[in-house]
Amino acid sequence: MSFAAHPVADPAAPLARRNPVAKLGAALLFSLPLVATLDPLTPALALLVELVLLPLFGLHYAALARRAWPLLLASGGVLVTMVLFATDRSGNLVVALGPLDVTTGVLSAALGLVLRLFAIALPGVIVFATTDPTDLADALVQNAKAPARFAIGALAAFRLLPLLGAEWQMLTLARRARGLNAGLRQFPATAFALLVGALRRGGRLAVAMDARGFDSGLPRTYARKQNFVRADTLLMVGAAALAAGCLAVTVLTGLFRPIIG
Amino acid sequence: MSSVVLRGFGWRHAGRRAWAVRDVDLEIAHGERVLLLGPSGAGKSTLLAALAGLLPGDSGEQAGLVKIDGPPGIVFQDPQTQLVMARSGDDVAFGLENRGVPAGQIWPRVSDALDRVGFPYPITRPTAALSGGEAQRLALAGVLALRPGLLLLDEPTANLDPDGAALVRDAIARSLDRTDTTLILVEHRVAEALPLVDRVVVLEPGGGIRADGAPEVVFAAYGDRLADEGVWVPGFHIPPRKSPNPPGETLLTAERVAVERRLDPVSMAVAEGEVLAVTGPNGAGKSTLALLLGGLLPPTAGRIDAFADPRPPHKWRASTLTARIGSVFQNPEHQFVTARVADELAVGPRRLGRTPAEITTVVDGLLDRLRLTRLAGANPYTLSGGEARRLSVATALATAPRLLVLDEPTFGQDRRTWIEMVTLLATLRDEGHAVVAVTHDDDFVQALADRVFPLGSLRRPDPLPRRRPS
Repeated sequence: MSFAAHPVADPAAPLARRNPVAKLGAALLFSLPLVATLDPLTPALALLVELVLLPLFGLHYAALARRAWPLLLASGGVLVTMVLFATDRSGNLVVALGPLDVTTGVLSAALGLVLRLFAIALPGVIVFATTDPTDLADALVQNAKAPARFAIGALAAFRLLPLLGAEWQMLTLARRARGLNAGLRQFPATAFALLVGALRRGGRLAVAMDARGFDSGLPRTYARKQNFVRADTLLMVGAAALAAGCLAVTVLTGLFRPIIG
Repeated sequence: MSSVVLRGFGWRHAGRRAWAVRDVDLEIAHGERVLLLGPSGAGKSTLLAALAGLLPGDSGEQAGLVKIDGPPGIVFQDPQTQLVMARSGDDVAFGLENRGVPAGQIWPRVSDALDRVGFPYPITRPTAALSGGEAQRLALAGVLALRPGLLLLDEPTANLDPDGAALVRDAIARSLDRTDTTLILVEHRVAEALPLVDRVVVLEPGGGIRADGAPEVVFAAYGDRLADEGVWVPGFHIPPRKSPNPPGETLLTAERVAVERRLDPVSMAVAEGEVLAVTGPNGAGKSTLALLLGGLLPPTAGRIDAFADPRPPHKWRASTLTARIGSVFQNPEHQFVTARVADELAVGPRRLGRTPAEITTVVDGLLDRLRLTRLAGANPYTLSGGEARRLSVATALATAPRLLVLDEPTFGQDRRTWIEMVTLLATLRDEGHAVVAVTHDDDFVQALADRVFPLGSLRRPDPLPRRRPS
């Protein structure tokens, strides 16, 4: 089975093998402060930090690019939107596209947005590219005290996802066999049939999990121990410190533009 | 080991008027191995679910009492929806974690359970890479690891090909070998199940128990009646239905058609008035070949010519296709596109622009021929397995195609539906239709096929090393 969310990193890399909850926490601690400012310098610095640290996660730049391609698509969308709809058209004219003046102001605003998009999303991409879903669910239950009903239940549902692709293809072919041409008009009916099938499978899986004592009220034990050690705390502290550092540099250069006020 | 006592037991699902099962008095002693039989709809699965403790009080109404003095474990039909975790070992550990087994005991019990079912791979083997039979073995290991006193098996091999089914039966036999676990098995393929049991209990559809005793005694007294009701009782043979006439005009020829990574090049011809059975192991590309012949999938190499049309079938318009080739999928529910059985049959003729009067004639004729008249207003998704199978064939017949392509038409069917299917396909063939059936049902091939097309060996090599031979 090949599924997009499977880890692609070297699992022994120094930061890849940190506790999944610590990685997730570090990603949040690092990217959330970036939301506070609208200038392009902070996300640029953050992006630099992320790319410099990438080898410590055992991830190749090419592998990251393959994972992050939806972000490239999104940044293209940002650029188009800004060119079409930006209200602030100050700065020098770069090119005039009919009625639209593309100015340096428009382009730098677009650049700022694209940088923010990457800087905020990449930590999450890195975490999921370096974390096995089973380990994440285990760590969420053991270290973050998430309910097993939620974490393990989501993990089990996640296992059924790849089946949906094959199911969709079969439904489409079966509709052609019935004399219905493929096309947009078939989409809602096919999607409905897919949903019915998915609900039935989900129901059967839930019964099978019940039968093996899932969520029966007994305290669970853990076959795979997830440890949260000092290095994991350090990773989270380090992430917060780096985010603070990026903001500090921006404030010192006078470019800081708080989102509020 | 545990014993089971049922006294006047009954269960009615919430919102239903009829009891799914009722008036059951039954005692099963420690270590007994029981085969639970009954025509479909007799309530076998409901009874097992009750014994497994899977009927919560708010989901229906119970009568009488159930007493089990030990923890039950249950294995269901569908291997896909019983595995929870991504790695095989983790999946066996899942139940142990839920029961609060101390961490230090979990892994020894996991490897013990895997040994008992003869699981041949390391514990890190991805569950997604297992075949149906292997997945079902793993599901059995997951239940055995919990050391159930009562093992409940609800048609554990019904979704598997013959090799996979043999693998699972072997695993059941060897896992029971060293223990005195009580077993209750629901299985309508009696011959295969008999080596595993020493007692047969037959449920009466209206309520109560019809027969109970040693297998030879029960089958001597009730064998013919059970066979009529659809149970695969051993020793009741079905006369073959081979074609009395030589095949007619060739309808379709395939020249070295292949689909990358799914089917090696094959060449074949299909003629009117013959039943061609395509056989072969899992992974040989049987279903892919059915999709190619059905004009549903483009080949990546080779060419298919049919009905003297210069274009290959996969390029035909969908309405042209249904008028010439009818495809019946393995899972009938994939094919349903409306909310009523009668509407389902009208879809094809309507696409061909038939008049309302013509459509009514076709629909009524098919409802009658396939004994679906009573269900004309029912939702196709609510039909039983046999009814859904009959409807899926009927939908393909509604546009009167000369060529029928069926994927596993008799798969998992009870004896009654099986005979109906064979009779219907034989009649269609004798009327001059060409029938291609992808199947691993040897009885079906023996009874009906005029010609067998064996597909080659497994295409996908096993990517992971085996732990040790089982």
